[in-house]
Amino acid sequence: MTGRDWAYLSNNLIYVALFTYAFSLLGYAFATAFSVKSGGIDRSTTKRSNRSATIFFIIATLVLTFGVFTRGLSANRVPWGNMYEYSITGALIFALAYLVVGMKYDLRWLGLPITILILIILGTAITLLYRPSAPLVPALQSTWLVVHVAAAIFSGGLFLLSNTVAGAYLWLDYVERKGERSEFAKKLPSLEVLDQLSYRLVAFVFPIYTFAVIAGAIWAEAAWGRYWGWDPKETWSFITWILYAAYLHARVTAGWKGRKAAWLSLIAGSSVLFNYVYINVWGAGRHTYSGL
Amino acid sequence: MSAPELQGSSSLRYLWRQLTSMRNALILLLLLGLASIPGSIYPQRTQSPLKVREYFETNPEFAKWLDRFYLFDVYGSPWFSAIYILLFVSLIGCVAPRSWHYAKEALRKPAPAPSSLKQFENYQQANGTLDSAADWLRANRFRITRDSRSISAEKGYLRETGNLLFHLSLIVVLLGIGASSVFGMRGEAIVTIGERFINVPTSYDNLAPGRFFNLERMTPFTITAAKFDAEYDAETRQPLDYTLVVTVTDSPNSKPVERIVKVNKPLTFGDSRVYLQANGFSPLVTVRDKTGLIKFEGPVPFLPQDSNLTSIGAIKVPDADPQIGFVASFFPTAARDEVRGGFSSFPELLDPRLLISVWQGDLKMDSGVPQSVYRIDTDEMERIGLKGLSIGESYDYGVGSITFNGVVPWVNLQVVKDPGKQAALIGSIFAFLMSALSFSIRQRRIYVRGNGNKIEIAGFGNRPGLDEEIKRMVER
Repeated sequence: MTGRDWAYLSNNLIYVALFTYAFSLLGYAFATAFSVKSGGIDRSTTKRSNRSATIFFIIATLVLTFGVFTRGLSANRVPWGNMYEYSITGALIFALAYLVVGMKYDLRWLGLPITILILIILGTAITLLYRPSAPLVPALQSTWLVVHVAAAIFSGGLFLLSNTVAGAYLWLDYVERKGERSEFAKKLPSLEVLDQLSYRLVAFVFPIYTFAVIAGAIWAEAAWGRYWGWDPKETWSFITWILYAAYLHARVTAGWKGRKAAWLSLIAGSSVLFNYVYINVWGAGRHTYSGL
Repeated sequence: MSAPELQGSSSLRYLWRQLTSMRNALILLLLLGLASIPGSIYPQRTQSPLKVREYFETNPEFAKWLDRFYLFDVYGSPWFSAIYILLFVSLIGCVAPRSWHYAKEALRKPAPAPSSLKQFENYQQANGTLDSAADWLRANRFRITRDSRSISAEKGYLRETGNLLFHLSLIVVLLGIGASSVFGMRGEAIVTIGERFINVPTSYDNLAPGRFFNLERMTPFTITAAKFDAEYDAETRQPLDYTLVVTVTDSPNSKPVERIVKVNKPLTFGDSRVYLQANGFSPLVTVRDKTGLIKFEGPVPFLPQDSNLTSIGAIKVPDADPQIGFVASFFPTAARDEVRGGFSSFPELLDPRLLISVWQGDLKMDSGVPQSVYRIDTDEMERIGLKGLSIGESYDYGVGSITFNGVVPWVNLQVVKDPGKQAALIGSIFAFLMSALSFSIRQRRIYVRGNGNKIEIAGFGNRPGLDEEIKRMVER
């Protein structure tokens, strides 16, 4: 198969993944709707919807994996050369992280927001960010691309998951403050479990993120002649690093927990989002690989 | 009593204590993050001087105000420096006394157990003797202070070691950055293919040495640019590959060696590195006077304006009488439309054209005001001709003629001497490892009081883990 064929196949796989996630979304939506229904709750319907949604989710993630993989094959390189490729890989990491964490914690109730987020990421990737498969520009032709960008996308996907959990925490916290949990919310994990999960995800990914920044500095030294030049992307990765370091510090030494910690996590998370969306698309500087 | 004096020194001490407190170190760190934001919003002189100039042209009044607050030089501004110098002092103030205190502590045995353990939350009684408890604690590498009735055992000193080394590593990173800016240098030079670059200050188009960088002791290397290849995608016009072939000597008498430079593969001479940063074209021209005498000959580097290498430049002929200047545009692949006029539609030399307007008068090159090599101040000049030339063509403008002989590429080489970068790298890797070490270790203390075959146990430190440890100790 030629590069063009692989690219064509990849595009189709991404579309198929998108539609399968949409089915998964329907399943999760039904599950949520049935369990919200007051009075005689039909548990079997909830269970069935949840199960089929999860199956669709797993199939979609498999298809997405192949989509990302064939995108790489089409240009004979890692598929991390422009914003379309960062987005589909980031969505994949996010979906995989959700499945892996789901093996230990029951996270099916989070399926609805998770699939919505994935659909938003893939949807914008296909409609706004799509660029034909092409070779890398000279500045990206380096082994560090694999190391630095892989670590950066990986951290991005996990930060998003940790923030989804923190968001769920704040919502449940709000529900509990207003009164008792509803029938539906009663089956969800306790606030402590969510608080811990969000924290553990950050604690796990923070060293990887630090590594991504250091690897980026080493690469910048080789490609641009300086390891740190206050490029907007560098500035915002510094700000993100400080915010997450403050989050960990606040938790470990100052004993922050719960609502305050969740808000701090969301603030840190929004700097990740800002760095990805705003700096890549509208920012000046040397990290303008969006191809837009 | 000399009350005022006492007050003075105690308020100083108060300030110092404030500055070196952990809380304020954290606040300073957050402040540093906050202070770096404007630098990502407004264009910075160090990164994009052209954008700064543009900003001044579109919003002159506002730009003046921004400039007063150093918002175009955020990372070199007094207020930014103030924050990181305070942070630096705060770090040292935090770490130095703690290291000292810690060194004393680490050599000392743990303080003896308190006389009553009942006030501890995890107080419990168990069967066993002091001897067996001591054996277990020793086997688990606790540090022990023992008397006839009690044991005090401590473990997890590495947590504090990691913590201190983490902060020390951050100081190493900051020192590295400082060393680079004071003892390092960076400079740029445009080298036309076929020409030789000798590493002396006058070879540079722009040179930024650190305060204590000795210009007379630059690494004595030379680089001859032999060949430059730029490959572009025919469809997307994106660059695919840049390859610069050079021959280099690293000392005055050494034999020239051939090397290849790419965007991600700089040349290294000791602690200086040479980077391929940009490329463009230098049209080769010959300018003659009315009698046919050559007044100027050679390549003139033009400045690219877009990704298709539409370039502008100036050819100055101060030896002609009166002086002649050519304000010129160069298009590697010439195209034309209503809106833009002439432009280049592809970055390779498919249909190279040189568009010149000829000016006669005073070039003002002796006025002492530094001039751009790419522009001509035509205020006191008169235009006497306009022409588009292909390679090989000449244009006679009455008082002389110009011939467009061909085109050679040029490359922009960036030379960087960065003596602190290893320190910064090693420091940041160390900081990373040490913070991981410190996070993964718990420091805890276990007290045991014995009375015959009964012992009392209590401890403090990280609770769930400690409780489990005590449970294991009791169950053994």
